[in-house]
Amino acid sequence: MPLPRWLFSDRAGLVLLAVLAIIGVGVPVLNLLVPPDNPLHLTAYTVTLIGKYLCYALLAVAVDLVWGYMGILSLGHAAFFALGGYCFGMYLMRQIGTRGVYGDPMLPDFMVFLNWKALPWYWHGFDMFWFAALMVLVVPGLLAFVFGWFAFRSRVSGVYLSIITQALTYALMLAFFRNEMGFGGNNGLTDFKDVLGFPLHADGTRIVLFALSALALAGGYLACRWLVSTRMGRVLVAIRDSEDRARFLGYRVERVKALVFTFSAALAGVAGALYVPQVGIINPGEFAPLNSIEAVIWVAVGGRGTLVGAVVGAVLVNYAKTWLTGALPEVWLFALGGLFVAVTLLLPYGLIGLLRRREATT
Amino acid sequence: MPSRTPIRAGFLALALALLTLFGASPARAADDSVRIILAQLRDADFDGKTELIEKLVTLDHPRIATILKALSDSRLYYQEEGDRMVIGLGDGAEIAIEDAVSGATLGQVGKRDLDRITANNRLRSLIEDRLASLGLASADPRQRKAAVEAFLRNPDPASAERLRARLAVETETDIKDLLMMALALADLASDDATVRAKAATALGGRLQTEIRGPLARMAAEDGDPAAKEAARIALARTEFRMQMLGWAETLFFGLSLGSVLILAAIGLAVTFGVMGVINMAHGELMMLGAYTTWLVQQWLPVNWSLPVAVPLAFLVAALVGIAIERGIIRFLYGRPLETLLATFGVSLILQQAVRSIFSPLNRSVATPDWMSGTILLGPLEVTLNRLVIVGFCIAVFALLWLALQRTRLGLEVRAVAQNRAMARAMGVRSARVDALTFGLGSGIAGVAGVALSQLTNVGPNLGQSYIVDSFMVVVFGGVGNLWGTMVAGLSLGVANKLLEPWSGAVLAKILVLVFLILFIQKRPRGLFPQRGRAAEV
Amino acid sequence: MSELISELDAAGMHPPVGPVDATHGILLYLEGVSVSFDGFKAIDNLSLYIGDGELRCIIGPNGAGKTTMMDIITGKTKPDTGRVFFGQTIDLLKLDEPAIARIGIGRKLQRPTVIEPLTVLENLELAMSGAKRMRGLMTTRLSSEERDRIAAVMDQIGLAEHGGRLAGILAHGQKQWLEIGMLLMQEPRLLLVDEPVAGMTPAEMDRTAELLRSLAGSHSVVVVEHDMGFVRSIADRVTVLHQGRVLAEGRLDELQEDPTVIEVYLGAGDAYH
Repeated sequence: MPLPRWLFSDRAGLVLLAVLAIIGVGVPVLNLLVPPDNPLHLTAYTVTLIGKYLCYALLAVAVDLVWGYMGILSLGHAAFFALGGYCFGMYLMRQIGTRGVYGDPMLPDFMVFLNWKALPWYWHGFDMFWFAALMVLVVPGLLAFVFGWFAFRSRVSGVYLSIITQALTYALMLAFFRNEMGFGGNNGLTDFKDVLGFPLHADGTRIVLFALSALALAGGYLACRWLVSTRMGRVLVAIRDSEDRARFLGYRVERVKALVFTFSAALAGVAGALYVPQVGIINPGEFAPLNSIEAVIWVAVGGRGTLVGAVVGAVLVNYAKTWLTGALPEVWLFALGGLFVAVTLLLPYGLIGLLRRREATT
Repeated sequence: MPSRTPIRAGFLALALALLTLFGASPARAADDSVRIILAQLRDADFDGKTELIEKLVTLDHPRIATILKALSDSRLYYQEEGDRMVIGLGDGAEIAIEDAVSGATLGQVGKRDLDRITANNRLRSLIEDRLASLGLASADPRQRKAAVEAFLRNPDPASAERLRARLAVETETDIKDLLMMALALADLASDDATVRAKAATALGGRLQTEIRGPLARMAAEDGDPAAKEAARIALARTEFRMQMLGWAETLFFGLSLGSVLILAAIGLAVTFGVMGVINMAHGELMMLGAYTTWLVQQWLPVNWSLPVAVPLAFLVAALVGIAIERGIIRFLYGRPLETLLATFGVSLILQQAVRSIFSPLNRSVATPDWMSGTILLGPLEVTLNRLVIVGFCIAVFALLWLALQRTRLGLEVRAVAQNRAMARAMGVRSARVDALTFGLGSGIAGVAGVALSQLTNVGPNLGQSYIVDSFMVVVFGGVGNLWGTMVAGLSLGVANKLLEPWSGAVLAKILVLVFLILFIQKRPRGLFPQRGRAAEV
Repeated sequence: MSELISELDAAGMHPPVGPVDATHGILLYLEGVSVSFDGFKAIDNLSLYIGDGELRCIIGPNGAGKTTMMDIITGKTKPDTGRVFFGQTIDLLKLDEPAIARIGIGRKLQRPTVIEPLTVLENLELAMSGAKRMRGLMTTRLSSEERDRIAAVMDQIGLAEHGGRLAGILAHGQKQWLEIGMLLMQEPRLLLVDEPVAGMTPAEMDRTAELLRSLAGSHSVVVVEHDMGFVRSIADRVTVLHQGRVLAEGRLDELQEDPTVIEVYLGAGDAYH
């Protein structure tokens, strides 16, 4: 089957997909088939780490879609990521069943601890995988749609929008810290046992989750690439560069924005849902405004409005974070802060922009 | 030994008579009459002691109350050596003593060398009652007031007559008022239902717990329906007053929180509102101000630290702000989203710098004496530090307003904000104005940090916890409008505190945030928008 | 997702009104329109009628209210008082910008606003009428019919050779034409053209004049322009705006004799270009 033109002309994207295919196959092989004493063996820890990066990359793609193409600098995407994570975490929580410390068949441990007698209504249904999986898309998507619908209709844009998205995630963080919310308060959801009957700590499960993350990233990338290649993509760029022009051409800017924002939030939700079983915990800290802004800087480092750049930036920055927080923890925030300044001042189009410019000059 | 005492007493009486004859000072004479009675106290049984106490209170002597109190507290002793009554001060085997009558200090003695004058509970309640009447008769209004208050705490129908007598001659209005209250309280126990009802009515609206308790009991249990109803109405009045007082208190808390919000936001109102620059490191500039206060306190006594810290914090934050403007923001004018990201980076760097230099732990900044404690504003008890911060906020606001309206720099700032190109054409050096304006906004952040150091923990995260709030205040009030910032800060502060008792602090904060998110969507330009072409962002 | 899209379609992706009724020969009515910003009357009791197929020039000094008038017609600004009708039946004050664009009013902004990261072809595709429903947007292909239409417009605006070039690297004059081309892709009945020849060479101005004249008749065209020579070359009727109201209206040579017009505008006209 020949490649459609929109994909064929996207060379960087093809490279990305090839790399994803290689690590999607290669990492499991190096983990499962190469013996542990071989230097090429990848530990389960490394596999999970790479899986985490892939989830972050998917979040970055979601951020880039709205920021790079539509000009909406969302400082609240971590909220959608975390909501997706919580939805899936609730499923994992229900799977624990009687294996919890208190052994209650219905109530998660923290509810027993809080002396709750019955499951809150919004916890119902999350014992079913399909329902939880659906909610991973619906909950962040719905929040984004409602929020976006109101915000875009009142033509809140630019830094105002950025600030209220930050306020949104901040408010959610405060809310999820409350025990009364019924999401485990401070500690969040953790002590997961298994997913669809497969134990989470087993190598095989981890490998499958890893492969799913790679697949989700590839799928998310393709969906976004396709979207920006359609006429809709041109509308997005028109909205980014001149919202008035788009309106005078007859486009219902606020609807387009709300729709794409919703789609982006759902993608972020998927990223969060894949992230939670791999790291084994979700807590309100994931809503922290800093997380959202970090996601933005991944995109900025890689090069916004390129999608591939978002993936590159997310992986590079997070690799640097893992390395620095291990080796020189004091330096990490200096480095991150410096990165913010340096990228905006010196590298407005990111690494991909740099590569393209070099290509254009040679 | 007991046999000697009456003899000595007789001798003393004789001496007293002689002294009086030879014209000794009346004070000495009074002293001696007290000594005579005290001397008898030592061997008297409890009935005898009762009699002697009754005699003592008839004497007009300034030490009577002290002596009776000491007796009641079992601190009145007979000292063999010196043959006198002394009052023990403090605890332990060795105690300091003073002469019971003259009050002269007599140094430390072992407890074993002292004979304690014992008292029982009946004596104690007698003493308390007599002390109350003693106080009532005192020339010192404060003692009279204390005496009535003692009665309120422990109402005794037997003392009511004394109170009534005092009321007839009392001249101080507030003590008169207190006396009437005490009498009404006593009347609540009357057998006559009409008297009870009248008393209850008189007591309605009084906030003291000593009054509310009996009234509530009466409203619940009184056998007479009319009296019961009167008590119920009186209680309702009290509750209403308490509610009003509660509102007033909430309002004050709201004002004080609002002042903090204004202080935090007002610097932003300059950088974001006037210049249109979004500075995410604003919170960290406040943090620098708070750390400056801490540093100053390492060198100066706490009481002097704040007047020094305020200008210093302004300077530190302003210089850092100018460095940020010249080094980063200047290159990003017209690109607000990039400015947001770059200054966010700066905020991370400043946080980590503070963490590395000072420590990741919170530093405790001391509150000067002149700012601690509480004062009464009418019936309202307010903490002094919050009151000072409200005042400080007003002062900062006024100074900033004057600076913008009355100085050359202020004029240039406003000119550049309205029309950069035109201002430049008129000879305004806009780059310099940008730097100075940013410095001004940053400096105010530093000053706000000094105020915050008096209210919250000073740590690397101080700035973060205020940044979202500050932006909300500026945007709510309307960008570029100082008065809007003021109104927004106050109303958000009050709204927060109004919601708190009903919903809890965290939920109140969430509700306010959600309200703001909705509000901004309804009115994107805030409460007091700037309109027309110039306002186009 | 697709359910959401159809819901959105149902919620008014189509223009909510019928076809334009210009049976009385008038396409656009502005009657007694006023708007003020912070006490400043930008438009003061303005009445203006544009005939069907007419080419009208509007001139006036800075701050006369020309751009505000365009904002009102296109729905960006709502007037405080007055009526604005498109044809006999369509009340423009009840519609928002996209709805007004869809019933056939195209607007070229004062600053040329083409979408610079897109090619000329993509810009025109973006402006194409009938592509604006959500379903129509979810495609990466052009039908041959659409391709023909775009080619025809590229011919008309003289950019046939440049279809694959990025709009951002076009010359200033070419950007202006591209924007007019985008207007044409919308198939409007009324074109509002704000300063179409600013920054153009005389040769480019001649081509623009020719283009606009060729559009009149099948379209009504309203041109706001400072350049008197250009106005003389295209318009039969000229309206002079001053302080938010119509100062005079008529043929340009008549107006040039009018003492009030000379006083407020033409006398000082040289100062404006």
